[in-house]
Amino acid sequence: MEHVVSYIAFFLVFASVFAVATLGLNLQWGATGLFNVGVAGFFAVGAYASAILTTPPDPERLGGFALPVVVGWLGAVAASGLVAWAVGAAALRLRHDYLAITTFGVAVVIQLVALNAQWITGGPFGRQSIPRPFVEEIGAGFAWNLFYLAVVLAILGALYWAFETLLRSPWGRVLRAIREDEGAAESLGKRAMAFRLQAFVLGCMAMGLAGALYAHFVGFVAPEDFLPILTFQVWVMLIIGGSGNNRGAILGAYVVWAIWSVSGGLLREIVPQAEQARAAALQVVLIGVLLAAILLLRPRGLIGEERVVSRHAGRE
Amino acid sequence: MLQLVADGLIVGSVISLGAVGLTLTYSLLRFANFGHGELLTWGAYLTLAFLGLLLAGAEMAPIEPFSFGWPLLVALLLALPATAAIALAVDWALFRRLARHGSAITLVIASFGAALALRNLVQFIWGTLPEYYTREIQIAIRVLPRDVLGGLRITPDQLLVLGLTAAVVVALHLFLTYSTLGRAMRATAMNPSLARLAGADVAKVARATWVIGAALACIAGVFAGLTGQIRPMLGFDLLLPLFAAAILGGIGNVWGAVIGGLIVGLAESFTVPLLGAEYRAAGSFAVLIAILLLRPTGLFGARA
Repeated sequence: MEHVVSYIAFFLVFASVFAVATLGLNLQWGATGLFNVGVAGFFAVGAYASAILTTPPDPERLGGFALPVVVGWLGAVAASGLVAWAVGAAALRLRHDYLAITTFGVAVVIQLVALNAQWITGGPFGRQSIPRPFVEEIGAGFAWNLFYLAVVLAILGALYWAFETLLRSPWGRVLRAIREDEGAAESLGKRAMAFRLQAFVLGCMAMGLAGALYAHFVGFVAPEDFLPILTFQVWVMLIIGGSGNNRGAILGAYVVWAIWSVSGGLLREIVPQAEQARAAALQVVLIGVLLAAILLLRPRGLIGEERVVSRHAGRE
Repeated sequence: MLQLVADGLIVGSVISLGAVGLTLTYSLLRFANFGHGELLTWGAYLTLAFLGLLLAGAEMAPIEPFSFGWPLLVALLLALPATAAIALAVDWALFRRLARHGSAITLVIASFGAALALRNLVQFIWGTLPEYYTREIQIAIRVLPRDVLGGLRITPDQLLVLGLTAAVVVALHLFLTYSTLGRAMRATAMNPSLARLAGADVAKVARATWVIGAALACIAGVFAGLTGQIRPMLGFDLLLPLFAAAILGGIGNVWGAVIGGLIVGLAESFTVPLLGAEYRAAGSFAVLIAILLLRPTGLFGARA
């Protein structure tokens, strides 16, 4: 019994971490129509930044500053925000799909740095011994997993409240206006470029935070944690849950992570050991087909966007 | 020095062929296709599969001085329509349906999903270990001695890749300039509704674009496999250079994509002595960022 509960706690931590990243993507794509194909890259920046700040000193690598975990998380948010600002300032003034191509390139370069810049990232072996907050006080194992789940859920809840407030605020409504008709928004005196940049940076900060939350749960980070499949998973979560709706983004994260975990578990049970690598490839194919099917059959996702978000406007 | 230039041009010609296909689909179908790289991968693997069928276990007798024999060329000819069929199938199943009611950017997400599915299908069918068309080892010919600008060594296969790329691009240029379908394609790229009014069959143009783009991708994939390894990540790793080349040349500009491809190839090649071989791809990224900051319409792009 405890086995099952322990697994569920484990599952929920991962799903909630993904939900944090999906909320960030929802702010970018759902609200503003910004196409970010570099989710894995910003996730990685957050994970590595927090790892560098909080791990014990390491003579062979940068940092190991042994700072408190909270400082690591704040550092992760700042680092991913900074990268996002640089990328956004260069790419956001161009055609929409150029942002997609640029963020794709950023993710590729971050992956290269993760793999090869040994003195920062530890190269292919990654960075080890990332502290798990309060693990000594609570003791490793089931109790700590539950504690960490509570922390992640609290952060997710706070972020949901913040993003929900933002999206319903005048600021959030400008984002939607820009997404729908940039010319009209500009003609009302809203500087589209500035709003887009703000939304892009905020969304990437959430992704960086998700990366840091992930790193401190697992205890180590390595380049293969941040492959393009991660970007794809977060996208599928948002599209299936309902792009433009924060609750949809969170729901999508849990649903897709459940599908992913169950299908992965089934494949491990059914498929013989020798064929597991191939079966894993098939799993990705299935998720790809699922995304295409949702886009074609139910483009709104499970919970679609609300037409009216202002509490001052009357509902239809 | 010269060796770097030569290496850059060889990688660049693979990038050029891929980028021409990408720039055509980009300008005619109006979305950035993140699945284009997978067409290179599929082209390379389908050629490998046909080669296996043709040889049926026998050794391929090479045509001197190249490392491969006629069966590879036959396999490539068989793989061209097969790769085009994949592109048309994905278009029929996904892109055409989405284009009817979705925005262009929905197509980009869909292409990202299709790319992942196609790539993992390759991994599922052929596995992840690198493959080769031939086990022949080619001795590079010394074209220039070591004391002239560092010297230059090149294999016959690499020379052939350069020559064939030039031939393919010239053929495509003639097709786009002089044939009716080619003119309809250029007209559609410029102004779809006007082209339709003038009697261009837009559906046919879209199909032709996929077929040509996929065929060029297939050739590029085989060239990449011939001068390197055939891997499931072959096309994905080239995607960033392809986009950099297409944007550098100006979207829709065939010659621009060719020159863009060569420049990106050179940039990657010169990244090696500067940052190390593992950072090759950073060269393409630098080109991409530079062109986006300085001249986002591309070197030869006319419209903003």
